[in-house]
Amino acid sequence: MIEVRNVWKRYPGKTVLENVRLRVEKNEFVTIVGASGCGKTTFLRMLLGEVEPCEGSIRIEGAPLVPEPRADRGVVFQRYSVFPHLTVLGNVLLGLDLGDAPWLGRTFGRRRARNVARAQEMLARVGLERSAHNYPSELSGGMQQRLALAQTLITEPRILLLDEPFGALDPGIRSDMHELVRELHRELDLTVFMITHDIAEGFSLGSRLLVFDKPRVDPHEPDLYGATITFDLPVGHRRRADSIIDDINVKPV
Amino acid sequence: MRLINRRPGGLGILASAAVPFALALVLYVVASGIRLAENPDDKLLPGLATIGAAVERVAFEPDRRTGDYIFWTDTAASLQRLLTGVFVGAAVGLAVGVPNGLLPWFGAFASPAVRALSMIPPLAILPILFIVFGVGELAKVMLIVLGTAPFLMRDVEQRVRELPREQLIKAQTLDATSWQIALRVVLPQVFPRLVDGVRLSLGSAWLFLIAAEAIASTDGLGYRIFLVRRYLAMDVILPYVAWITVLAFALDFGLRQLNRRCFPWYGA
Repeated sequence: MIEVRNVWKRYPGKTVLENVRLRVEKNEFVTIVGASGCGKTTFLRMLLGEVEPCEGSIRIEGAPLVPEPRADRGVVFQRYSVFPHLTVLGNVLLGLDLGDAPWLGRTFGRRRARNVARAQEMLARVGLERSAHNYPSELSGGMQQRLALAQTLITEPRILLLDEPFGALDPGIRSDMHELVRELHRELDLTVFMITHDIAEGFSLGSRLLVFDKPRVDPHEPDLYGATITFDLPVGHRRRADSIIDDINVKPV
Repeated sequence: MRLINRRPGGLGILASAAVPFALALVLYVVASGIRLAENPDDKLLPGLATIGAAVERVAFEPDRRTGDYIFWTDTAASLQRLLTGVFVGAAVGLAVGVPNGLLPWFGAFASPAVRALSMIPPLAILPILFIVFGVGELAKVMLIVLGTAPFLMRDVEQRVRELPREQLIKAQTLDATSWQIALRVVLPQVFPRLVDGVRLSLGSAWLFLIAAEAIASTDGLGYRIFLVRRYLAMDVILPYVAWITVLAFALDFGLRQLNRRCFPWYGA
């Protein structure tokens, strides 16, 4: 369970997030939508441990979040998620090798063979087994994001953070990726947070949709107030559109 | 067709590249011919035959006094100094630049000092080097190290900072330690950029080499040029300068090939 307690984030002359409260159970698939610059990414970076809240706290399974990225939270960004100097196989192998070899960061012999086998299994899972020896720059955008998912999931994180992972992909490829993410979420027992600009994606992919927005706006000083979660809707393909609209009408915070 | 769309083909590329060289050669031969016609003892622009004889003398005949083939001993001595200096400079650049760019505390401590150091004109401290390290090999190599290392330190630091933030975050979510990030993420990506930095600094490395050899040396390409200058021996100086150019070009070409072969992902 992830608990976000009254989190605020301010920068000099600017409030980004105000009083964000949230409880997310294990295995939920949370999609996050909202206008540009409304703090979605800041919120994700807080979950990642990259940004610290000014007030409030984030707890994972009751323990306060360490303000540093850790292996229990995997991440896929829109770009730059994979290492350009490693082959596809090398990118997936990295997570395993780092865990096994604290000083060299790479394994040899039987241990390497075992890691390679695991990495190839993961590559096959995301459909990249034929590209194992290519460099990321030789892959299409969709394949790069598949690789980024494989690379992250090989270390078995419990929480997966996705920052507009499919924002740069073609619609057709995007729906393939949706299918893949949905399957991985189910198979690997993940809790997923995903930022998206695509409202349809937000409704169809997750089990819960968060809308970030500013409840108060000072027209003379737009940065005075920060954004918070203004809608928190249970969604999913089994639900019908009208019941979602009921939720919107009933549940503004 | 517009000029911007007209491109030379395979032979065209070679031929157009050769034109300036051929032009310079023709110009030289003509000018030399005019001067020699006026005064057969002119030393300023010796004819090609005279230059050929001088090359033959220094490169393919043993020196009467020492028995060495001085052209080749000069080349070996100079290359050894240059390569040692540049290698040490690059190693220092990497060893200081990577932690400077990657570790905020290290950078806060060392980065301003490196910036100050890089402002010192290396030639201005050449006398200090001769006083401290003597007039042997060490002072000359140190001049090249001091001439190239500050630039490479700053360059590497900048390249490390240019790595996308996402990559460092990603590595941390794979539970990499700072050491592992330096070893597996930063170093391999910075190395080809360091090679590019070395290519850029080779020019100044040659400058410092020749300056050091001109002032205190008993062999080397720079030493020879400055030695024979006393006799206005243009027939030796000109082929030496051409040879230095060839060597510099070959080094640059070699480093470029190294990057292409060893880091196929680089520049892609």
